[in-house]
Amino acid sequence: MPETHAVEASHLFKVFGRRPSDVVRQLQSGATRAEVASSGTAAVIDASFEVARGEIFVVMGLSGSGKSTLIRMLNGLLEPTSGSVRILGTEIAGIPARALRDVRQKSVSMVFQHFALLPHRTVMDNVAYGLEVQGVPLAERRERAAAMVERVGLAGWEDKFPRQLSGGMQQRVGLARALAADTDILLMDEAFSALDPLIRREMQEQLIELQSELNKTIVFITHDLNEAMFLGDRIAVMRDGRIVQVGTPDDILTDPANDYVAQFVQDVDRARVLTASAVMEPARSMVTVSAGPRAALRTMRDLQTSAAFVVGNGRALLGVVRDRDVMRLVKRGERDLTEAIEKDLPQVEKDTRLVDVFESSVESELPVAVVDAAGRLLGAIPRVTLLAALGNVPSNTAELAVVEPPATIPVDVVTEILRGTTDSPDGELATEGGVR
Amino acid sequence: MNGFRIPIGDWVESFVDVITTALGGLFDVISAILGGFYEGVDWLFAAPPFWLVLIVIVALGVWARGWVFGIGTAVGLVLILGMDQWENTMHTISLTLVATIIAVAISIPLGIWMARSQTASAIVRPILDFLQTMPAFVYLIPAIILFSIGAVPGIVATILFAIAPGVRLTELGIREVDKEVVEAGHAFGASPGRILRQIQLPLARPSIMAGVNQVIMLSLSMVVIAGMVGAPGLGKPIVSSFQTIDVGLGFEAGLSVVIVAILLDRLTASLGRPRTHRLLPRARAERVGTADETPATEVPLEPGATVPVES
Repeated sequence: MPETHAVEASHLFKVFGRRPSDVVRQLQSGATRAEVASSGTAAVIDASFEVARGEIFVVMGLSGSGKSTLIRMLNGLLEPTSGSVRILGTEIAGIPARALRDVRQKSVSMVFQHFALLPHRTVMDNVAYGLEVQGVPLAERRERAAAMVERVGLAGWEDKFPRQLSGGMQQRVGLARALAADTDILLMDEAFSALDPLIRREMQEQLIELQSELNKTIVFITHDLNEAMFLGDRIAVMRDGRIVQVGTPDDILTDPANDYVAQFVQDVDRARVLTASAVMEPARSMVTVSAGPRAALRTMRDLQTSAAFVVGNGRALLGVVRDRDVMRLVKRGERDLTEAIEKDLPQVEKDTRLVDVFESSVESELPVAVVDAAGRLLGAIPRVTLLAALGNVPSNTAELAVVEPPATIPVDVVTEILRGTTDSPDGELATEGGVR
Repeated sequence: MNGFRIPIGDWVESFVDVITTALGGLFDVISAILGGFYEGVDWLFAAPPFWLVLIVIVALGVWARGWVFGIGTAVGLVLILGMDQWENTMHTISLTLVATIIAVAISIPLGIWMARSQTASAIVRPILDFLQTMPAFVYLIPAIILFSIGAVPGIVATILFAIAPGVRLTELGIREVDKEVVEAGHAFGASPGRILRQIQLPLARPSIMAGVNQVIMLSLSMVVIAGMVGAPGLGKPIVSSFQTIDVGLGFEAGLSVVIVAILLDRLTASLGRPRTHRLLPRARAERVGTADETPATEVPLEPGATVPVES
């Protein structure tokens, strides 16, 4: 059975005007938005995308780009002029009002830009509204609403009225109302745009946190690219009614589809968007623990570096070794590298945003190791790479010296020591295998 | 001027003739219903002893607006009693109430319909303009023909004259409800009926109540004019003082109308507002309540942290 998407839009058009279908026909045969302006306003033109379950899909565009119209077609608040919208596999374009209400009650809820709370109802009754419409009995809906109120951090405010709350708190109520309805899909129309920057950031973080627990499918509309980049698993960029690019934040940032998108992403706070795995370099200075001290020293000599990552089976990161310590082992004729491994090294997970890599990078002169959830070494981020990523400089050019920290012992000394101690052939082989 | 004449007057006359003969039975039924309704309400006000009615009205005033208004109400009513206009005043209040109840019962659904349908709005609007600008006396003529003289033609003419603001303000109130809130109702799958009941009507209430207040005030003024077609109440002494140039009687009846007008206006206006000016102890409690209605200052929160409860 094919996996159904949570939301699937194909060739959506929305035209406001007297003869909308004519305008759609003209647009389909290649007319531009400006050319049809006299006969109707084309708000959304040929929009197609699908949103996977559990995904945060952000639609980003400036005002007038049609994003609000687009989101309103996803729950039938606006009827598409042409095209199809499928919610969890069910077509909703053109279905009867009663069936549409059913879809809204069970599958899609919404958070609004200006909160749209019912001013004559308490926080509790606002949060319970969706359940009330669904016909959930009073006691049960109060219980579920109370749980959701607590979850968004408004415990103790249940009996207040919306006007007694600040903007950020009102939007928490809006969010709680949508979450309490317990639908799979959440539409958020510029949900945080009316809030102060600090509160907005806080709400974004809270949304991410709630999402990790609840795993909803979220379609989020915004005009703020930083917000889009922060929240979105994927982003659709809209301009003049058309979707000009759909991709992950990294895609959009590193490979903009056209000049418009490129210009747009120019001002993005890259540190908050790019992840460690997007900028990391292959970890060149790396040895396997089984290769032994001689191989490690050779690797460091060849790369002119004073440290190397040590990995075990399946590239599991064990720690880092320094040239001095390894040299001591080699001099003593030790065959086991374990003694020299320092376990305390800067490391981050692959999805860490660059903004959180800085601290690790500052604390140690070593490149920051990037590991996956299982602790396997994926790559490293030297400071130079971090700087290059922020400045949007291509960092994988040969001119940039990315090996750090520099060697602390002269090459000839190392070579001398390697020659002075007995060669073990298996050590040589392991070195070749261990270095990448 | 040479013979050019569009006989609209004749047309209207024959139209009224036609409906009088064709729908005579219907008008008799309407007449009986309105007459019965008026008799019933009037009995409530005129049958009990004056002091009982006085006490009830004053109590209502105290409940709705507080002691000061209650005392004012008592003074006004005693003044009416002292001018020997008590009975006429009760008739007038009854007529006003009957006309208002019927006008409101028609105007609110009509206003809701107009708020939902552009077509309905486009059709009804000019009719309202017509009803509102036609000189009040003109309604009395067909009313007499259709319902003969007495309370009923007065009520019918009053309804026609007073209905417009009720309809308009209902429509306006519902149209002005925050679009996003209505959209939120739709987005959660509420039916149009539920949205009307739970969102549009509650939020339009101040506007609708302002309309009701206007309907009452217009009804009162028309009920007095209806004295010319034999409607009971304060209109009667005013009409007769007009015929006999009796300044004193005219003033006394006029003053009674003013007192009733102020009473009805203040009473109904307070019903449209949130109830903050009630009996003193409650009013005081409410005032304390409003102190913390100022928006709470933004508390920066760790995600998921609980907010300190404002005591």
